Amino acid sequence: MRSRTITAPLAIAAAASLALAACGGGAGGGPQSGGDSKLSDGKVVIGLLNDQSGVYKDLSGPNSAVAIQLAIDDYKAKYGDKAVAKDIEIIQADHQNKADVANSKAQEMYDRQKADIILDVPNSAAGLAVATQAKAKKRLYINVGAGTTALTGDQCNKYTFHWAYDTAMLANGTAGTITKAGGKRWNIVYPDYAFGQDMNKSFTKVIKANGGTVGESIPTPFPNDNFATFITKAGQGNPDVIGTMNAGGDLINFVKQFNQSSVKGKVQLAVGLMFITDIHSLGADQFAGTQFTEPWYWNFDDTNRKWADRFKEKTNTRPSFAHAANYSAALNYLKAIQEAGTDDADAVVSKLEGKKIDDVFLRNGEVRAADHNVTHDVYLAEVKSPDQVTEEWDLEKIVKTIPAAEAYGDANPACKMG
Amino acid sequence: MSAFVQYTLQGLAAGGFYALSALGLAVIFGVLGVVNFSHGACYMLGAVIAAVLLAEVGIHFWVALLVVPVIMFGVGVLIERLLVRWLLQLDPLYNFLLTFGLALVLVEAVKRRYGVSGLPYEVPAGLSGQITVAGVGLPAYQVFACLFSVAICLLSWLLLAKTRVGMIVRASTEAPERTRALGINVGLWVTPVFGFGIALAGLAGVLAAPFRAITAEMGSNFVIVLFAVVVIGGLGSILGAVVAGFLVGLVEAYGVAYAPAYAQIAIFVLMAIVILVRPSGLFGREETA
Repeated sequence: MRSRTITAPLAIAAAASLALAACGGGAGGGPQSGGDSKLSDGKVVIGLLNDQSGVYKDLSGPNSAVAIQLAIDDYKAKYGDKAVAKDIEIIQADHQNKADVANSKAQEMYDRQKADIILDVPNSAAGLAVATQAKAKKRLYINVGAGTTALTGDQCNKYTFHWAYDTAMLANGTAGTITKAGGKRWNIVYPDYAFGQDMNKSFTKVIKANGGTVGESIPTPFPNDNFATFITKAGQGNPDVIGTMNAGGDLINFVKQFNQSSVKGKVQLAVGLMFITDIHSLGADQFAGTQFTEPWYWNFDDTNRKWADRFKEKTNTRPSFAHAANYSAALNYLKAIQEAGTDDADAVVSKLEGKKIDDVFLRNGEVRAADHNVTHDVYLAEVKSPDQVTEEWDLEKIVKTIPAAEAYGDANPACKMG
Repeated sequence: MSAFVQYTLQGLAAGGFYALSALGLAVIFGVLGVVNFSHGACYMLGAVIAAVLLAEVGIHFWVALLVVPVIMFGVGVLIERLLVRWLLQLDPLYNFLLTFGLALVLVEAVKRRYGVSGLPYEVPAGLSGQITVAGVGLPAYQVFACLFSVAICLLSWLLLAKTRVGMIVRASTEAPERTRALGINVGLWVTPVFGFGIALAGLAGVLAAPFRAITAEMGSNFVIVLFAVVVIGGLGSILGAVVAGFLVGLVEAYGVAYAPAYAQIAIFVLMAIVILVRPSGLFGREETA
């Protein structure tokens, strides 16, 4: 009885896959479509693997597929009949912020769905899991959403690129800029797990390198609701700046309680990691005046606004930096295929390495060959006060552009490309 | 020294809020013997309803303090009538599992409808500033939340301990057979008590909205602290919940001040010590242990 219940669906699945294989053979395998023979399987498959239901859904999620489609449209419009990749397909999957799910989905994308590249993958643990798969399968992987420096450090590999931001860049941007501007004495509050500890270390390093001091680094439990006493403690010794490394729901808890505390107004608040979706969900008034590092902002200049308008037409919302970065990564990947004349991974990697890029997302961009970190100008942003906000997503004011060299520093010495 | 005073006051302010948040748990356990694991989800629902009412209907904080508990009372009555009632005769573990499952359903439903990034809520006008107590500036809202919580706890205690209704409810649960023999419909009293407990959870949620992140997950971890409060105070004891609420608030504040990384563990160490010394909690009756 037991064996029958298992074999029936198996048989159906087997029959279905046979039927699919037969169809596939009929379409692609018959008359070889001349020009496309340089492409594996006759087409380019772009896999989008990200959080489609959890905390990063709004930041990137399904709308990143829309951004990638815009890149495909632009590529086709530019090269027309001369395009090397004529048939381009997007596939997407939800990794649920779990490293093991990301790992098996990546495997499935590379092996069964014939993905030539995987894009996005927020969440550091998930992002690193996919890097391992990319290395094993020798296929491309451009990470956009994860913050860990390990992707371009001790876990770097030939097929993995990191496109938008990382924790070291955030520290250079926020801590470096504020310390230089006179915020010399800091107290830091950080959640006591891998991400928070990393952020605390990178921030402390950058603050000290710029002549500042960190009086106290205060670990908090994660997750945590009640920050009142942490805030009092962080306000002691009258620092110039309190840096919070809390993220997501904890960041909102922290900021709400900070705004009600007696510390507010006496001390500048700097946030280690904040996304435009955080500001949007809590309202500009709660965050007004808070400074943070932003890899890209839609309302920064005309180029960005034009692209944001195109994005809004399709999604009815404004893009986050992650959407723009996915667009940029997909477009430059397709351009590299065009230059190489093939989608062979090694050939595409050699075209990408060292490439200097200026596009909607990347300004002064360079795909650094040594560690595959994509360096570019980033921005010190400040949350607008509610009376300055002109439309729903118009929440940030760019205080200053941080040049790529300053934001990213030198290539990560821990990376051995091999 | 002034820092110590500040930590103490902050601990007390947090403690009052913990007491109210845990009160519903204590009432439902004390009267029905149900360990309601969905308490955190109902607390979250209270906050989410307050935020939605504000955003979509323009009902502000003070009205929400009245309206949301009424809505949540209805939710509680539904939960009791449709679900909890059928398992009351069985091992308490069944209702524990049922309410745990219910919490998961509620959290996922809110995620589906309102997303994951959280909802905005403002501090009610007049409570956004500071109040100076003993030379220490405290957030006015948190002082209000503490005093309001203590008042509600006191009212609930008066209701259950000093009124005829309270007497019937207590008799119905402590000696259901004999109460029935006196001509009182015991079953009739179970539903409103459950509804009352859930309404208290919703009320705590409204109170949390101005100073906590309103997300689907906001109750998932908070409920663990509340269980600690109820266990320390003695399962089912209202006075216990209040005293333990303040105790936990203080332990947490001192923990944060003097050993930040161990602040949350300190609560559970306190819980372990209390259980070892007094298995039924500080104010619990022996038979409920």
